[in-house]
Amino acid sequence: MIKTDALIIGAGPTGLFCAHQLGIIGLKCEIVDNLDKIGGQCIELYPDKPIYDIPAIPECTGEELTNNLIEQIKPFNINFHLSDRVQEIKKEKENWRVKTLNGKEFLTPNIVIAGGVGSFEPRKFPTKSADKFDGKTVLYSIKDKTIFRDKSVVIFGGGDSALDWAIELSKSSKVTLIHRRDEFRGAQSSVDKVKELQKNNKLEIFTKYSIKDVKGNGKLESVEIKDDDGNSKLISADYVLGFFGLIMQLGPILDWGLNIDKKTIPVNTETFETNKQGIFAIGDICTYPGKLKLILSGFHEGALAARGCFKYARPDEKLRFEFTTTSKAVQNRLGLKND
Amino acid sequence: MAKITYIEHGGQKHEIEVANGLTVMEGAVQNDIPGIDADCGGSMACATCHVYVKEDWFPKLPNKETGEDDMLDQAYEPKANSRLSCQITVSDELNGLVVHLPEKQV
Repeated sequence: MIKTDALIIGAGPTGLFCAHQLGIIGLKCEIVDNLDKIGGQCIELYPDKPIYDIPAIPECTGEELTNNLIEQIKPFNINFHLSDRVQEIKKEKENWRVKTLNGKEFLTPNIVIAGGVGSFEPRKFPTKSADKFDGKTVLYSIKDKTIFRDKSVVIFGGGDSALDWAIELSKSSKVTLIHRRDEFRGAQSSVDKVKELQKNNKLEIFTKYSIKDVKGNGKLESVEIKDDDGNSKLISADYVLGFFGLIMQLGPILDWGLNIDKKTIPVNTETFETNKQGIFAIGDICTYPGKLKLILSGFHEGALAARGCFKYARPDEKLRFEFTTTSKAVQNRLGLKND
Repeated sequence: MAKITYIEHGGQKHEIEVANGLTVMEGAVQNDIPGIDADCGGSMACATCHVYVKEDWFPKLPNKETGEDDMLDQAYEPKANSRLSCQITVSDELNGLVVHLPEKQV
């Protein structure tokens, strides 16, 4: 069990800067994120897209912004718990006991929800019949590619994941790639490769088709696909893979007794505390009159939430307001050597 | 100003006057029409404002933005008449537009 002053849910820009602000005022924190990397939407949705409205940074990409924030919080040696999700929280006297999906436990007086629009989950097939094979022969990610050896694998999607796996699995499986339109959005080199494999009969491609039904009694047998005119086709399959990108879902946060307003959490604008004592919400996930879903607003919200955390983490102390330019204490926390 | 009809998956109709310059997504969100999530706020970074444009209207709309189809690939049950409503800007020419909302967005 890990004891900490604050647990931040979400390693996007807002969560990272809140960690910085906690560090500046001398509080420790841990960060949990269900992606396997730091950066949240910036790194998952638009790593290469330039952002133009970060104060004092005329232009930077989502990845650059993330890297700079990681650099900025380095002095505080913050622990990240990636590929994990906070599942359950329980009040214990002055603290919250927090459990994650991977079985980690935290004890902390403060939880800061910086969860954006929720955690990223793979989008699944809309067909109900796919659900009964979910996790066994209908898959949305691949952990062990050896299970596909000498099997028939039907892959849906038009992005890099679909193309990369079609190329990789075509070496030792019978691969069929299906996409809803003629154009693929993956890297051109992968598109070329897939088309070359098709020409050499190493894999089959059907475009302008989508899934209609998954068939099989107990064991997956085939997948039925349909075109826009309703014509359908049956393809035998041992495995069906879907790569439709990620969707964002609030998930367990909905069960914590927080007020929720259209997938967002109302907060007070003094400390960004929610209706639950010691639980704060900042960034895209919080709402209040005048809320702007901008990264810069998230920074402001994180700075105030960090101060809000102080009174629960250090109930007997008074927080002094200090500047990084002049405060020796703050500069020590930043690891700077004072002459 | 354009009158836009949003039809929920269950058949419930909403006729809304939407000001020029707003997007079809904003028209829905500002009027609390259920079925348009718009998680990313209109930056074309998600596919949760997905609509099916009524067939006769589809060719009349301005062309899709670059990247819009890439996001639609990731929408729930995209079809040939699918659009992201955040990428359709309202003008007088859109008066009478009808869009159907998908069964769900996520």
